[in-house]
Amino acid sequence: MADAATDLKPAVSGLSTTRIFQIILGIAVLLCLAKPFLPEFLIRIPEAWIPPLANWLDTFFDFLIEDLKLAKLTRWFAEGPLDFMLGLTANLLEGKHRWPFIGPVPWATVAAVAAVIGYYLGGWRMALLGGGTFVWTALVGQWKIAMQTLSVLAVAAPMAFTLGLLLGIAAWKWGWFDRAIKPILAILQTIPFFTYLLPAVIFFKVGPTAGAIATTIYAIPPMVLMTTLGLKRVSPEIIEAGKMCGSTRFQMLTRVYIPSARTEILVGVNQVIMLCLAMVVLTAFIGMPGLGGKLLAMMNSFKLGRSFEIGVTIVLIAVTLDRMSKAWVAKLPEHFERGTPWWVRHKYLVIAVAAFVFFLIVAQFIGILDTVGRKQSLSQGKEIDRAIKGFLNIGAVKATTGFIGDFLIVYVLIPFRNALLWIPTPAFILMVVAGTYWLGGKRPAIFAAIFFTVVAFSGWWDRSVITLYAVISAVILSMFIGIPLGIFAARSEKWANRILLVCDTAQTFPSFIYLLPAIMLFGVSDVTVVLSIVIFTTVPLTRYTIEGLRGVPGEMTEAADMSGSTRRQKLVSVQLPLALPTMAVGFNQAIMFAFFMVIIAAFIGTQDLGQELQRTLAGTDLGKNFVLGMNVSLMALTFDLTIMSWAEKRKKLLGLG
Amino acid sequence: MNDQSPVISCKNVWKLFGPNPKQYLSQMSAGRTFDEIRADGYIAGVHDVSIEVGRGEMLVIMGLSGSGKSTLVRCFSRLHEITGGTIEVEGQDVMALSEKELIDLRRSKMGMVFQSFGLLPHRTVLDNVAFPLEMRGQDKHDRRERALEVVKLVGLEGREEYFPRELSGGQQQRVGIARSLAIEPDIWFLDEPFSALDPLIRREMQDEFLRLQEMLGKTIVFITHDFDEALRLADRIAIMKDGAVEQCDTPDQIVLNPQTPYVRKFTEEIEKSRVVHARVLANPVNGASIEGEPVRAGHTILQLARQLVDDPREELPVADRHGKLIGIMNRQEALDVLLGKD
Repeated sequence: MADAATDLKPAVSGLSTTRIFQIILGIAVLLCLAKPFLPEFLIRIPEAWIPPLANWLDTFFDFLIEDLKLAKLTRWFAEGPLDFMLGLTANLLEGKHRWPFIGPVPWATVAAVAAVIGYYLGGWRMALLGGGTFVWTALVGQWKIAMQTLSVLAVAAPMAFTLGLLLGIAAWKWGWFDRAIKPILAILQTIPFFTYLLPAVIFFKVGPTAGAIATTIYAIPPMVLMTTLGLKRVSPEIIEAGKMCGSTRFQMLTRVYIPSARTEILVGVNQVIMLCLAMVVLTAFIGMPGLGGKLLAMMNSFKLGRSFEIGVTIVLIAVTLDRMSKAWVAKLPEHFERGTPWWVRHKYLVIAVAAFVFFLIVAQFIGILDTVGRKQSLSQGKEIDRAIKGFLNIGAVKATTGFIGDFLIVYVLIPFRNALLWIPTPAFILMVVAGTYWLGGKRPAIFAAIFFTVVAFSGWWDRSVITLYAVISAVILSMFIGIPLGIFAARSEKWANRILLVCDTAQTFPSFIYLLPAIMLFGVSDVTVVLSIVIFTTVPLTRYTIEGLRGVPGEMTEAADMSGSTRRQKLVSVQLPLALPTMAVGFNQAIMFAFFMVIIAAFIGTQDLGQELQRTLAGTDLGKNFVLGMNVSLMALTFDLTIMSWAEKRKKLLGLG
Repeated sequence: MNDQSPVISCKNVWKLFGPNPKQYLSQMSAGRTFDEIRADGYIAGVHDVSIEVGRGEMLVIMGLSGSGKSTLVRCFSRLHEITGGTIEVEGQDVMALSEKELIDLRRSKMGMVFQSFGLLPHRTVLDNVAFPLEMRGQDKHDRRERALEVVKLVGLEGREEYFPRELSGGQQQRVGIARSLAIEPDIWFLDEPFSALDPLIRREMQDEFLRLQEMLGKTIVFITHDFDEALRLADRIAIMKDGAVEQCDTPDQIVLNPQTPYVRKFTEEIEKSRVVHARVLANPVNGASIEGEPVRAGHTILQLARQLVDDPREELPVADRHGKLIGIMNRQEALDVLLGKD
């Protein structure tokens, strides 16, 4: 109660929040207006003032690598245990010439086992999805590359799970560790993935090992968070019951806490798998072969048909993994009557093994069940390619996409970009600070000031601004699509469920996939970059709009109805204001997604940080790589802090807890 | 250790919640009330409690929510560390035990039943019941045998392989009871075991519980917020308010002689004749003339109602169940209890 009361008081010594906001913004506008008269150093930080941050970082990494011989340790791990595990899965799944030299297993066995697992977890539909995905993959002739991807996934996901679980337990057990690891996880979640890749390459060799490491690190944070959350949620009575049964500390952990936190831990597993898949696909950028690598190559040579087919494979695998792991979360143990024989208790295991053995033997006689040869595959790449390109060449289509493209570039994107670039650096920073102060309050504003000043002094200001421009324009564009769509969908239960299902499914797609439609429609241009981000970010915006509107308490809409408001009045003055905090979460996620996507889209050819980052991948420029990654991360964190703190405040104010 | 010495004995026990309770307690002036302590930023979960539980006795701790009854019972088993005072269980100072000794004590002597059951969701009925045996490292065959035995005792035969979520609330609590009995504890703590159940089931479970107690004769500390339940089950009742024990006595005495206004409020609505036994109203004979058939000491006044109204005698002899005379009861006094006095 006391807190709420002080919150309402004017902020600092009589100056209201709005007044401070106006003053800061005023100074920024004045700086802009005075631009012609400003000295050079107030427009852009002069080169000479920029500290050689990259060099310092390089020295630091050299110290780690040369003096501490850290690279020796990591390379030992990469060449020893990690390489062994990757070799094992690669041999079994794709037949790489490595120990134990027994693979590859015939594709039919994998498909059959996937179908049995699917049936166990979710009945016939899931069985069809599981089996169908692998049948499709084999039949379109992508078995080998798909297995390359999955063999890395099969190593990275368990590693991420184990490490995440251990860190999560540690964070739950020791408060100081929790406090120490929280900001690191926040940063890890905003750092662009290119920044994971280069250190992985330098410390862990090029190829699958680096890919596996980058993937693992990328997937750890949600596992840590879910583990901690799950352990904290175990009911106090279960804990007391465990203690009263005389459990030792270790028994408490392994037999009481972890099993009771099963649901949250399995949700963590689901997220680990999905993030691993998303990342494994992206490791194409450091030369990892597999689905991602093939897709990148096909997109680079504009082979749309094959790209499309690979895209479908990736999507199918993603949906299968997601649905199955989610079904596993929901799956609760069923009891068997006493005296049930073991083969009835474990009937699915028995069936899976039987199916495996059966197809293993059959495949020896029917070659096509073992491997689908190049000539045998049903790939329609060329035909689809022709169809897509034919479609795009139809006059009307071409005119439409051409018009949209030109219009966006000439009248929206380029002017906006130039305007942002025109603003003097200090004015830009002040505007950001003013905005964050107005929305989030003092703390985010201070962070914004520090973060953007660091960006300004990093020496990559213009590229950072271009990155920001792509993010902001894409998110604004996607608001025009996502919010109306969400509002429409929330009107009826049926549509809300349908669109939510679409959003849920779309969110499981690896981000790489989102480039496909944009490239298909608009070729390689600035519009493509923005549009691929738009497609990607519309998903969370739509989703949280629906959830926000649905979450409005029933009494309140009923009260509005009884007050005689029209649908529109109800929406504007009751539902939207109450849904706004939830929508803000979606908006925040959209921005985080946009920062992620803008970097990936770099390979289309942009002039932002992403492109520079991608260039560093070719060399060993660790320092520069980190500075660039840090810039992206700092900008993203500024938004994150501000929006989340606004949403929190708003929720408290509305009494939504 | 003889049968007369108490099983649990606590003296001047304090449990304070707050930033620095130990230090606060050592500097606190004597006789500070609950509200004064709260004004200092501390909550007195247990407020200077001294109480004893005898062997084979059922002590019911009664109080409304937040009165500290659950806290007190958790201090007995050291689920909570007390701030001041001493608690002895079977003559051992609980607070002085090492972690290993404490675990051994819980593994061999204590069982506890929880309000929302506290069952492990991933284990079957049988595995839940066998859990404490597993913790002490009993071998698989043994603990299965014993668990089956206890499951049968609480009437859950045939449901051994069910998971907790497949059972009704009453059945889940039977599992909780079976688990707490698996190690054959001497001391049995029950923390509002029937509060989460609906009234009909609650009544049934109370009967079941009394049947078990008849058979096992454990030392029991039973917590409830339901005064009727307390009267029904207890040998002695301790009524708590704001962490302190207001009155600790037999049900008869609490109903007849409530010692504080708070206790009186509970007893006002109670039909006293259901609670008070003839034994309690029996006065020494002191040479008065004894004539006719005696009444049974173990009967409640309500059970004797018809006789009390019809009987012409002024003084009724009271005999225990072996027929031995223990005193005489004034009929008028008994009628006062039956009809209420004003």
